[in-house]
Amino acid sequence: MIRIQARTEPSSIMKVVSPLLAITLTLIFGCILFSAIGKSPTQALHVLLIAPLADSYNIGEMFVKMGPLLLCAVGLSLCYRANMWNIGAEGQLLAGALGGSAMALYFIDSESAFSLPITLLAGIISGMLWAAIPTFLKLRFNSNLILTTIMFNYIALYLLIWAVHGPLRDPQGFGFPESAMFADSTLLPTLFESSRIHLGIVFAIVSAFIAWFILSKSHLGFQIRVFGSDEPAARYAGFSSKKLSWFVMLFAGALAGLAGVSETTGPIGQLVPNVSPGYGYSAIIVAYLGRLHPLGAILAAVFMAVLYMGGDLAQIEMGIPVAVVSMFQGVLLFFLLACDFFINNRLAFSNQATN
Amino acid sequence: MDSDLIVQILFAAVKTGTPLLFIALGEVICEKSGVLNLGQEGMMLMGAVVGFLAAYGTGSAGLGVLAAMLMGCVMSLIFAVLVLHLGANQVATGLALTIFGTGLSAFIGSGVVGQTIQGFQPIAVPLLSDIPFIGKILFSHDILVYSSFVMTFVLMFVVNKTRIGLTLKAVGENPHAANAIGIKVLRVRYLAVMFGGVMAGISGAYMSLVYTPMWVENMTAGRGWIALALVVFASWRVGRIMLGAYLFGLASIMHLVLQGLGWSISPNLLAMLPYVATVVVMVIISADKFKEKLLAPRALGKPFDPRQMA
Amino acid sequence: MKLKSLLVSLGLLAGASIAQSAEPLKVGFVYVGPVGDLGWSYEHDMGRKGLEEYFGDKVKTTYVENVPEGADAERVITQLAKAGNDLIFTTSFGFMNPTVKVAKRFPKVKFEHATGYKLDKNLGTYVLRTYEGRYISGVTAGMMTKTNTIGYIGSFPIPEVIRDINAAYMGAKSVNPDVKMKIVWANTWYDPGKETDAANALMDQGVDVMLQHTDSPAPLIAAEKRGLRAIGQASDQSKFAPSAHIFSVRDNWTPYYIKEVQAVMDGTWKSQDFWGGFHDDMLTLASINPNLPKDVRAKIDTTLASIKSGEFKPFTGPIKDNKGNIAVPANHSLTDQELAQVNWYVEGITDEIPH
Repeated sequence: MIRIQARTEPSSIMKVVSPLLAITLTLIFGCILFSAIGKSPTQALHVLLIAPLADSYNIGEMFVKMGPLLLCAVGLSLCYRANMWNIGAEGQLLAGALGGSAMALYFIDSESAFSLPITLLAGIISGMLWAAIPTFLKLRFNSNLILTTIMFNYIALYLLIWAVHGPLRDPQGFGFPESAMFADSTLLPTLFESSRIHLGIVFAIVSAFIAWFILSKSHLGFQIRVFGSDEPAARYAGFSSKKLSWFVMLFAGALAGLAGVSETTGPIGQLVPNVSPGYGYSAIIVAYLGRLHPLGAILAAVFMAVLYMGGDLAQIEMGIPVAVVSMFQGVLLFFLLACDFFINNRLAFSNQATN
Repeated sequence: MDSDLIVQILFAAVKTGTPLLFIALGEVICEKSGVLNLGQEGMMLMGAVVGFLAAYGTGSAGLGVLAAMLMGCVMSLIFAVLVLHLGANQVATGLALTIFGTGLSAFIGSGVVGQTIQGFQPIAVPLLSDIPFIGKILFSHDILVYSSFVMTFVLMFVVNKTRIGLTLKAVGENPHAANAIGIKVLRVRYLAVMFGGVMAGISGAYMSLVYTPMWVENMTAGRGWIALALVVFASWRVGRIMLGAYLFGLASIMHLVLQGLGWSISPNLLAMLPYVATVVVMVIISADKFKEKLLAPRALGKPFDPRQMA
Repeated sequence: MKLKSLLVSLGLLAGASIAQSAEPLKVGFVYVGPVGDLGWSYEHDMGRKGLEEYFGDKVKTTYVENVPEGADAERVITQLAKAGNDLIFTTSFGFMNPTVKVAKRFPKVKFEHATGYKLDKNLGTYVLRTYEGRYISGVTAGMMTKTNTIGYIGSFPIPEVIRDINAAYMGAKSVNPDVKMKIVWANTWYDPGKETDAANALMDQGVDVMLQHTDSPAPLIAAEKRGLRAIGQASDQSKFAPSAHIFSVRDNWTPYYIKEVQAVMDGTWKSQDFWGGFHDDMLTLASINPNLPKDVRAKIDTTLASIKSGEFKPFTGPIKDNKGNIAVPANHSLTDQELAQVNWYVEGITDEIPH
């Protein structure tokens, strides 16, 4: 007889074991799935999970891919710790891309050393602004944050598409919905020759450490943690929920905005309608995989980036259709989410069958 | 604009709003029980593809709808087990469900891309369809549209007038109190989530069997997400969801109609309107303290573990 | 240990496959949509399959579907180049700048970008003369309409689409001086639901023949339900609307892909800006409805023949735009470069191009 028992304390062993268990289960599922479509399972799993880190070019690309995921996930981790259910990283990222690009286009003929910092700042401020509206609505009118932030994702998306079809469109671009290519002075410098790794990844990792420092070493972080785990106690202690809410939301908005402007001034180099393939949504999964810990988010972002790149490589190297790849990704996420159950619960084996 | 054209536009608004109505009715029940399922798009796509496959295989659109309902239910069960039993985060799990459903639907549907089926034919309701204006707008559709009417009224009654409705709301507002008075919170939530899945399945089948009788990847094109906005827009009231679905339907065809009449209008700014309107509605209802009943279920998105009783 | 031996054996496998594939020419394709979209990406994939059928073992093709037109495109194209592809087709406008960047880094690999306008030594572009099909569609619609009102669903106001609207209108006007054309922008390339809405909105306003520059068969299905007529776009859409369907203007990429691959094999490949139409069999009229009136059928055949032979070019002056300016002077036919920049409506279209 197997029963489920709640643990009195979260298991620290299971915190490590549960993702391993999830990955093992996914590998088994993957073997079945890939055999079923007539592909070699070992080769498929290798291409999906290992090949993305197999050479220097791919590693570089992995960093390019993880940058925006990490920036968004770090901010979200802090929000979720403080019980602010911000689903709006996508919109904040797009707002950052839009605001930053408008500034970059303003500087299109400029060679000033200030153009890049001002462009980045414009992106950050746009992201903060986009986070500030739902925050205000929540604090002033008690609107549900999950739902308002989803609405603002859509509003940002249509605003961006409108801009790229209209005011920000390249006048020399034959009417296609793209902005002009940005001037070199507003492009993020790359870190190495022959790779696309750019300053954005530095921003992302630094921000993860800053968030970690705030959360674990500062009084502010202490307040956030207390709020997240025991709201009445936090109120009793006299912590201002308003102040904390504003802080985490603006912090998250700033990072997501930075992610957006870093994409347009980094690997893309212009404003296009498809700035983000859903980074802001994936970042929610990254934040949870990282257990809402800023440093955990680094690992989780690497993992997600590998998974995305592996999907493309699986098509290139083995002709596995993208549909199969996203099924595999979905199942992997299910297992990861499900196995966390064992952190707080355990299976109890007993000889007596209960009636 | 002559009156014929107005009738045609309203007729089209009902048709366009119907898939939104189905999926939003499911979502509102789910949300009323306190569960937020962001996997709508994935469930809807699975409903669309399985409905099409079944109709294609059996030649019966009715069986297609049944299969789609079943599939939606199965998809919602994956979600339910993860969030209700294993305590996984609702938002993350819902997103994973959409990723999974998008992939799986494309995979199992790859063989029928480009195939055609006989979908549902319109049936004019006797007598009712002869009423001027209203008859054409409401009563010359297909059987799924009529069942959406019936479904709406049944749900209005169940939610507002019956014990089941009270139980549902109790679970969504304060699961611990509900548990204390003997309501099986998890069971109620399971049923609510499964109902949401069934409705998402029908909504998908409506797309692939009625609206455009064919299957192509991603054919729902984000309608699952619009349903989320719609539920908020309707402030969690079943009756208003019907009205809202037709309004959203009208909004999405209005710019096409206006362009045909020679008006020039930015489709992107117009596409933004339903979302802006939803935020405005939310602010208005939230700001009024006397309308607290209209707010989101208080336990929305929060897990409930019956073993952790205070 | 185990992992290592696995990696070694995988390495051997990879090595072996390279040794074997020294012979066939490797050709890569990048698609913006899924191959199951029954539209743009589907037709390119049909071209790829046609290529494989024609060359058999002499080519090895790879495709990557669903590639977002953002930062990811450059990585996917690079990985295709790194995987040893000799010729890479990038099949959507949004891949233009990424393709340009990758082409610079892989001078030995040949690249071809569909619908763009940037060339390089190892980067060519290719485009369909869709306006030729549109002109014939216009002629046919002009003869078939009883209400003298033709409907046209546009996707996005880019030169290709605007050019085709003009061609359709000129075709219709040439046979029916009273004809009117109603234009609706659906703002999507592919959304069956939206396209149905657009078609219905037009048919509600007296349209009885539908043309569209979006890719799904939805407008045909909508026309079939109302007993009206429609013309298929991009692929043969006859079976979706057996009685409404007049004919489909099918995109046929196969001859072009065969021609280019042959050129690479022969060492005669040159970068060029290629425009293909009926003359090159890259457009065909598919499944012409056998129940058309005789005079309509005859007119279709003669118009097709005169376009195919090059005797008639739709954009031959004098043509005025709808603001009264001379758009094409007398005795001049627009060159390909001029065709790529059409951003005016021809005289008689009462709408404005949206901005």
